[in-house]
Amino acid sequence: MTPEDGNGHGLHVGRRMRRKEDPPLIQGRAKYVDDIDVAGVLWAAFVRSPEAHARIASIDASAALARPGVHAVYTGADLDLEAGLPTAWVPPGVDVNAPVHWPLAKDAVKHVGDPVAVVVGEDRYAVVDAAEDVLVDYDPLPAVVDPEAALEGGDLVHESLGSNKVHEWSLGGDVESALEASEVVVERRFVNHRTSGAPIEPRGIIADYRAGELTVWSSTQVPHFLKLFLALQLGMTEDRVRVVAPDVGGGFGSKLQVYGEEILLAWASRRLSRPIKWIETRSENMATSHHGRDQIAYVKLGADRDGTLNALHVKIIADFGAYMMLLTPLIPSLGAFVMAGCYRWKAVRTDITGVMTNKMATDAIRGAGRPEATHYIEVMLDQLAAEIDVDRLELRRRNFIPKEDFPAETPVGIVYDSGDYHGTLDKLLTHFDPEAERGRTADGKLRGVGFSTWTEICGLAPSRATGPSGLGVQAGLMESALVRVHLTGSISVYTGTSPHGQGLETAFAQIVADRLGCDPQQIDVMHGDTSQGPWGLDTYGSRSLAVGGEAIARASAKVADKVRAIVAHKLEAAADDIELREGKFSVKGSPDTGLTLAEVAGMAYIPEDNLPEGMEPGLEELSFYDPENFVFPFGAHAAVVEVDPETGNVDLVRYLAVDDCGPAINPTLIEGQIHGGIVHAVGQALFEQVSYDENGQLETGSFVSYALPSAAELPSFETDRTETPSPVNSLGVKGVGEAGTIAASAAVTNAVIDALRPLGIDFMNMPLTPMRVWEAIQEKGGAPA
Amino acid sequence: MADAVHVSVTVNGQAQAAEVEPRLLLVHFLRDTLGLTGTHVGCDTSNCGACTVHVDGESVKSCTLLAAQVDGAEVLTIEGMATGTDLHPLQEGFYAEHGLQCGYCTPGMIMAAADLLERNPDPSEREIREGLAGNLCRCTGYHNIVKAVQHAARLQRDGEVPEPEMSATGEENVREMAAKGLGA
Repeated sequence: MTPEDGNGHGLHVGRRMRRKEDPPLIQGRAKYVDDIDVAGVLWAAFVRSPEAHARIASIDASAALARPGVHAVYTGADLDLEAGLPTAWVPPGVDVNAPVHWPLAKDAVKHVGDPVAVVVGEDRYAVVDAAEDVLVDYDPLPAVVDPEAALEGGDLVHESLGSNKVHEWSLGGDVESALEASEVVVERRFVNHRTSGAPIEPRGIIADYRAGELTVWSSTQVPHFLKLFLALQLGMTEDRVRVVAPDVGGGFGSKLQVYGEEILLAWASRRLSRPIKWIETRSENMATSHHGRDQIAYVKLGADRDGTLNALHVKIIADFGAYMMLLTPLIPSLGAFVMAGCYRWKAVRTDITGVMTNKMATDAIRGAGRPEATHYIEVMLDQLAAEIDVDRLELRRRNFIPKEDFPAETPVGIVYDSGDYHGTLDKLLTHFDPEAERGRTADGKLRGVGFSTWTEICGLAPSRATGPSGLGVQAGLMESALVRVHLTGSISVYTGTSPHGQGLETAFAQIVADRLGCDPQQIDVMHGDTSQGPWGLDTYGSRSLAVGGEAIARASAKVADKVRAIVAHKLEAAADDIELREGKFSVKGSPDTGLTLAEVAGMAYIPEDNLPEGMEPGLEELSFYDPENFVFPFGAHAAVVEVDPETGNVDLVRYLAVDDCGPAINPTLIEGQIHGGIVHAVGQALFEQVSYDENGQLETGSFVSYALPSAAELPSFETDRTETPSPVNSLGVKGVGEAGTIAASAAVTNAVIDALRPLGIDFMNMPLTPMRVWEAIQEKGGAPA
Repeated sequence: MADAVHVSVTVNGQAQAAEVEPRLLLVHFLRDTLGLTGTHVGCDTSNCGACTVHVDGESVKSCTLLAAQVDGAEVLTIEGMATGTDLHPLQEGFYAEHGLQCGYCTPGMIMAAADLLERNPDPSEREIREGLAGNLCRCTGYHNIVKAVQHAARLQRDGEVPEPEMSATGEENVREMAAKGLGA
């Protein structure tokens, strides 16, 4: 019933289709959290620290409480939660020096924006006025800002912990001997700076505790995680907690979190017996939605003069900010898993040191550790190519893991499922001639071309690898799907993933439609409500299709098996002889006598004598899917930039990408993910930076100072694909949500360096802002005549 | 609200009147007073454009206007763009070209693009990109937004645009494939 090999293009799978999600979104009829009205709702506003680090001497809420319509002001002293906010990754055998983290600060604040009190009242504007009336007396403490200095001793972020070091974690064996045996060793210091997820919809929450049951609507990527932690923190059982992620206006990892505000609103709703709503402002988002990246990396690459790669040693100092949030200590490790990139090495090793500073916590932002890893590898490859005077593409080709070596185990013990790195690079070069793009333009601009040939690890599941006895993710990671055929043949699909813009309702419907012989428009994909469908593990880490989609394919196949058995019974044939053809389940060779899904569904629910002996009525099936391995998408990207040597401005003039995420379910959706992913990394490479000054003051507190790229700064993209199936799942698919982001910062950076090499500039760190590029040019004597 | 001000305004062709706080933002008037939640708030500083609506035919950022400032004006929001069940050409363009992902910026993007096409019915790619520079999208990388606006411009000019190598519905796929004698 399923396509022959699981990879063939069916009626719907592999084809472009308009998104099922779009009609309400384009007509202003979507339902984001702020669009939901609950009768009797109260509003919350937070009092947040303006200090990077301070003791709270006193809090006086009397003026706020005296305002009309204010119901309560809570501070850290009022909290009676079962536990602090969760960190769901505890590396086995590693000491993690982590502070207890409460939704409201107790005694001291640790970063700008740290919440100190919450005001609850009747009017959206009035609670903000009241919050300004809460008087907090702070005794400032020295702010710890520089992560390297923080490791040297001196001032502490959390005095009780005795050190700013969070943990040390390594992956990979001895690299020293391979480095020593190398003819060339290239060393660079990278600063992979802090960025913001910056979804256009800020966070928002409504918590409604009534009659012993809690409902929380939240703009989250992880409703199932949130349900679990709400139950644990509030001392409730999970059956009494319902979390709904309604339409969610982008996440990019920043909503892969269990935030203090979510726990706090639920706690306050229980305490006040009223629903409470909070909508994050953009300045709160910039200060208190977790940040990403923020690593300093000392990288050593050892090679021979003929271009044979030997060893890569990456020492990362990861700035975790002031608290360990849901996955904070895991993020740099995700990069370590793919630090070998697409290449054969004798040895690869990553040593990570986590450090606390008086800044907002870092955690997963699109790509999460893997954009950093790709950046180090791919920029280093170009640095080596220049050092030994070998063509940078030839260098890559010489060291690619060849197609026939897959599955391929890398020196860090990770097994890549499939790949054809020569294939994507070859295809990329059919689209343009890099040499024709380089050089000086008639108006004096410097043109450069940069490449990134990348792979990554995604499809976050295999519980054996990720779970408590593996890497230590406490939730384990797998995925669920329930496919329910209704009596008249329409279908509801319940997925444990929680899409928020990716188009997965459409992709999932395409998968089901091919297996059950129906129109994707008759298939409703339900997600994001923990009271519907089974336990799931939500959407992040490019996992929803490779894990959640496969669960849906499997549940659909189970339904199809039952349909075949019923049809076989009715037509007095063998189930194996029943095929799906032109929308009917029929005996092979006799298409005219077939039954439609709707006809079979009618029989399944009105059994009479329609069903084979012993078969239960009904037509719905459940699948819990735990894959054997991760999946490893890959590709070859190229950026063409034009640098104005007078101003330092970098103009991205072309961007080409050939990606391979296995067979497409819907090529249009893949292109959309690639476009957006690329721009996320172009933003980091050229424009975006979360910046704290030397006192820990946030300098980028709004979109006025945090430069998200607009349409005007970007070109259209030239994309193409190859399709190398993954052997891990029956669809052959790999994730694609983070691919562009993982690939692109290195391509852009290499292009800028390529453009600047004629001026003697051979290395730069991001962000490649006009000021930074101009300064680099000035150091080398200014713009050429 | 002792000092409430009176606002009379026509929104999507419907006369509306309310007593509001003088400081009430237009976007909150539209969303919370009138229940028109298609207009969104993304940044509070007029950078992102998620709140873009038309006031007397020109696009404005409704998070930076007071409700009191539009007294007597005509306001058009995303909810007023379609005619019955007929989508506005821009809505059709965004739908056909995958011009949106999470959809949060989309209403503002469509309203800004409508103003752009009003001024310039046949914009170049560069003109579209410059024209939408006040509206931020984090999902699409703008590539398909540009195509969506081009699609809408062609629709307004020519009345129809061939589907971009995509089938409008699954049903059409099935018919097409069935005609070719292909099965799953």
